[in-house]
Amino acid sequence: MSDNPYQDTRGNKDASIAKQGARGTSEGGDREGRATPAPSGPFLIGENMTGGYGKGPDILHGCTIAVEKGEIAVIVGPNGAGKSTAMKAVFGMLNLRGGSVRLDGEDITALSPQDRVVKGMGFVPQNNNIFTSLTVEENLEMGAFIRRDDFRDTMTQIYDLFPILKEKRFQAAGELSGGQRQQVAVGRALMTQPKVLMLDEPTAGVSPIVMDELFDRIIEVARTGIPILMVEQNARQALEIADHGYVLVQGSNGHTGTGKELLANPEVRASFLGG
Amino acid sequence: MDFLNGLVAFLNFVFVPGLAYGAQLAIGALGVTLIYGILRFSNFAHGDTMAFGTMVTIAFTYLFQNLGLSLGPLPTALLALPFGIAGTALLLLGTDRLIYKFYRQQKAAPVILVIVSMGVMFVMNGIVRFLIGTEDRSFLDGERFIISARAFKEMTGLQEGLAIRTSQGLTVLTAVVVVALLFWFLNKTRTGKSMRAFSDNEDLALLSGINPERVVMVTWLIVACLATIAGVLYGLDKSFKPFTYFQLLLPIFASAIVGGLGNPLGAIAGGFVIAFSEVTITYAWKKVLGYWLPESLAPDSLVQLMSTDYKFAVSFAILIIVLLFRPTGLFKGQSV
Amino acid sequence: MTVNIRNIALFSIVGLLIVGTGLVQGWNSALLILNMGLISAIMALGVNLQWGFAGLFNIGVMGFVALGGLASVLISMPPTGEAWSGGGLRVLLGLALGAGTIAAAILTQKRMQGRARNWATLAVLVGGFFLFRFVFDSAVGAIESVDPASTGYLGGLNLPVLIAWPVGGLFAAGAAWVIGKTALGLRSDYLAIATLGIAEIIIAVLKNEDWLSRGVKNVIGIPRPVPYEVDLQQDAGFIERAASFGLDPTTASTLYVKFLYGILFAIVLIILLWLAQKALNSPWGRMMRAIRDNETAAEAMGKDVTARHLQIFILGSAICGIAGAMMTTLDGQLTPGTYQPLRFTFLVWVMVIVGGSGNNFGAVLGGFLIWFLWIQVEPAGRALMDLVTSGMSDGYWLKDHLQASAAHMRLLTMGVVLLLVLRFSPRGLIPEK
Repeated sequence: MSDNPYQDTRGNKDASIAKQGARGTSEGGDREGRATPAPSGPFLIGENMTGGYGKGPDILHGCTIAVEKGEIAVIVGPNGAGKSTAMKAVFGMLNLRGGSVRLDGEDITALSPQDRVVKGMGFVPQNNNIFTSLTVEENLEMGAFIRRDDFRDTMTQIYDLFPILKEKRFQAAGELSGGQRQQVAVGRALMTQPKVLMLDEPTAGVSPIVMDELFDRIIEVARTGIPILMVEQNARQALEIADHGYVLVQGSNGHTGTGKELLANPEVRASFLGG
Repeated sequence: MDFLNGLVAFLNFVFVPGLAYGAQLAIGALGVTLIYGILRFSNFAHGDTMAFGTMVTIAFTYLFQNLGLSLGPLPTALLALPFGIAGTALLLLGTDRLIYKFYRQQKAAPVILVIVSMGVMFVMNGIVRFLIGTEDRSFLDGERFIISARAFKEMTGLQEGLAIRTSQGLTVLTAVVVVALLFWFLNKTRTGKSMRAFSDNEDLALLSGINPERVVMVTWLIVACLATIAGVLYGLDKSFKPFTYFQLLLPIFASAIVGGLGNPLGAIAGGFVIAFSEVTITYAWKKVLGYWLPESLAPDSLVQLMSTDYKFAVSFAILIIVLLFRPTGLFKGQSV
Repeated sequence: MTVNIRNIALFSIVGLLIVGTGLVQGWNSALLILNMGLISAIMALGVNLQWGFAGLFNIGVMGFVALGGLASVLISMPPTGEAWSGGGLRVLLGLALGAGTIAAAILTQKRMQGRARNWATLAVLVGGFFLFRFVFDSAVGAIESVDPASTGYLGGLNLPVLIAWPVGGLFAAGAAWVIGKTALGLRSDYLAIATLGIAEIIIAVLKNEDWLSRGVKNVIGIPRPVPYEVDLQQDAGFIERAASFGLDPTTASTLYVKFLYGILFAIVLIILLWLAQKALNSPWGRMMRAIRDNETAAEAMGKDVTARHLQIFILGSAICGIAGAMMTTLDGQLTPGTYQPLRFTFLVWVMVIVGGSGNNFGAVLGGFLIWFLWIQVEPAGRALMDLVTSGMSDGYWLKDHLQASAAHMRLLTMGVVLLLVLRFSPRGLIPEK
């Protein structure tokens, strides 16, 4: 039985009365706080974040993650270390019990995820990160939903970055291959012209060749000046391109350093990089 | 000649009524399927919403008739329709604010919303019966026929007449306009696309800055339009009776499910599949076959596959057959 | 402990409401409410078994209740000899042909391969249908022409009506098996729409198959399990006993008959409640709840979830069938025209949700309470309307309208009660532990 009586389905799976499948889980959609000035510090930082999902136990314990302008920051760590949770916390998709999130000289801890989008954050979640029943082009348009100006230039830029998407622009996104879907997902997030891009395991479930290509594209995006905060399973490859790396262990910072430092750190090598 | 007579009889008794009924079911099913796609539950109050909208339209029709306003050959109800829609929109938005919104904030499971909609169904049913009573009401005025059977016979010299009632012509025409508008809205406008995006993936819609409350509001507004139009068309074509509207739930749900819940195109296809099967299976084919078959084979019995009282059975049988072969409906439900 | 006191208090309140009815409106009304309350409680028990303990959404309660009612007719009414000799066997043959056709179609579908499969199935269905109609229609004609004003149907087996109660359960169970087999077996389940549809079909059959149930001509005079009032009023011993209570024979006889019904119904309710409680605290019940709360885990442990769901769906429907047979027995007549989904399906749902889904005692409480409201809201509504319209002159249209519409207050009230409970006490008055 669920704790919330309104969420108790009694295991009912009747498709004729209720739409099945995951429904929205993100918290904080109804948060109505405002940003307050907080000059100093890195461009984007989630500092001393503590919290978990709903009324559940804490998953993050004073975890700190930051990314500077023009940099790529990578979060690595074992399964269940709280990497994705940390990303969601930075984006406001769970209610923090401690710590703060600051972006570009403002404290945005009290903002809802949709307000953070307006502030210039772009997020590509790990799963369900495209609108499968919409066409590729509609996916990009929805990415630009908050923009009331002409976004055709941005779309052209994204088609230049991912030429395959231009070819398939009128196809339903759900019909694309895994790698192409990830390109749609990243493209959707870029449509707002974000000041910072957050990627949660962009290479999950794609073949090594596609993975290499995706990494290339991510570096390309970073070169345009957009800072990137990224969670990656393929720790070695990710740290190679990272300016900054965070190794999370059980919801707190295990090791921190530049990508090269972490790659050279014998302890990190032994525990996460397979020697 | 016999073939033509048979064809005309077929058009008159099967095709035209089926087409009109199918259009009514389709518009009803569109409302159900939109709520299912976006609010994620089957709305049991939909039949009663239709009844409510029709009731308001009837009230305004009577008012206009008393004031002497009319549309000439067209039913006065058309003039009253916008008021009916507005009344229903107020009712639905009020219901959402007062009832459904709380459950959204609680992130309630869709099946709980289904039970909530049962409560809403009771209340709406009570309101409609309380305000207008339970008896049959006809509110059709203006020219009854586009072509009457006699005029058709005189025109063509055939034995069989083809009567097309104004309400039937109006139903089909309105359905075409409504469906075209709805598809244009869903596929071409920013708000429409955001509704499809929300239906597809709530979390990602939020990440794209789509405001869920706005999507929900627009959905109820569209549903108010669809439900009122479907109800008024049905009422013009047959008559208005609250209990009949409640019973329409079954063929409407069947249409939406046969087509693939959550898929607007499916709702339309489903509406026509259900309507034509009902009419075909419950029609007595003696007359048509009498024309088409050689005399020696002409049937003695009525050749009615099932009595008209079994029309619900037909909706349901079609439903089961479709689900057995295509569990997601004729058109795959949108991300169902 | 506090919970128990709360529950006892809730049941006492319902008891007081009924006793209050007796004091104010007379004991006849009170016993009427009590008897139908007992039956409602049994229906709620059945639905609670399905929704509360397995999450199965059955919105075809009406159909199962009606099947129970049919059982009362088929068991207890005297057979119509002429009708049996006229077309009885042919009807049975026709039905057998119909069933055979469906079986053959399923077999064809299962055994054959390739493109011809669907066509062959269709051919079997169409051919079988016409054969069925050929045999069946003539038989039906023969039966329905036998004295249509008073019989015109096959009649029943002339057995004691109490036998109809379990048989009603069996009828409902049979229908539930067919529905469950089809709807629960589909890739994602479609039980709700299936039950909604089948309930309408069952009612359509009862309304139209005159040879079976006399259709809308109704079957009246179903034999009773209790004595008739007229007989009691002739009985010297009874008159004497009535007099000792200070009652005249007419009042005493009606009260006594209703009281006897009440005893019978209470016995059934107590047995079913005891069985339901026993079952739920048994390993079987724990397994059902385990499946409900985590189907994936239960499946991983090797539990056949679909089979278990089918089982509990059949059991719950059978209970509704028993209640339906009891109701028809109490009414003494089968009137297919009176079966309406709001009253027989959705009202039972209100009972379960208000009482407390997942708790048998909750369902029983909900059955009594909601039935009480259903009956009493109407006079209350009328009183309210009288009050509201007291200032208006007689014959004023609004006054007439309001007074005529008072009857519809009950639907509104049921909806409001359901919404209030869902909102403020979503687990119901007596929540599951």
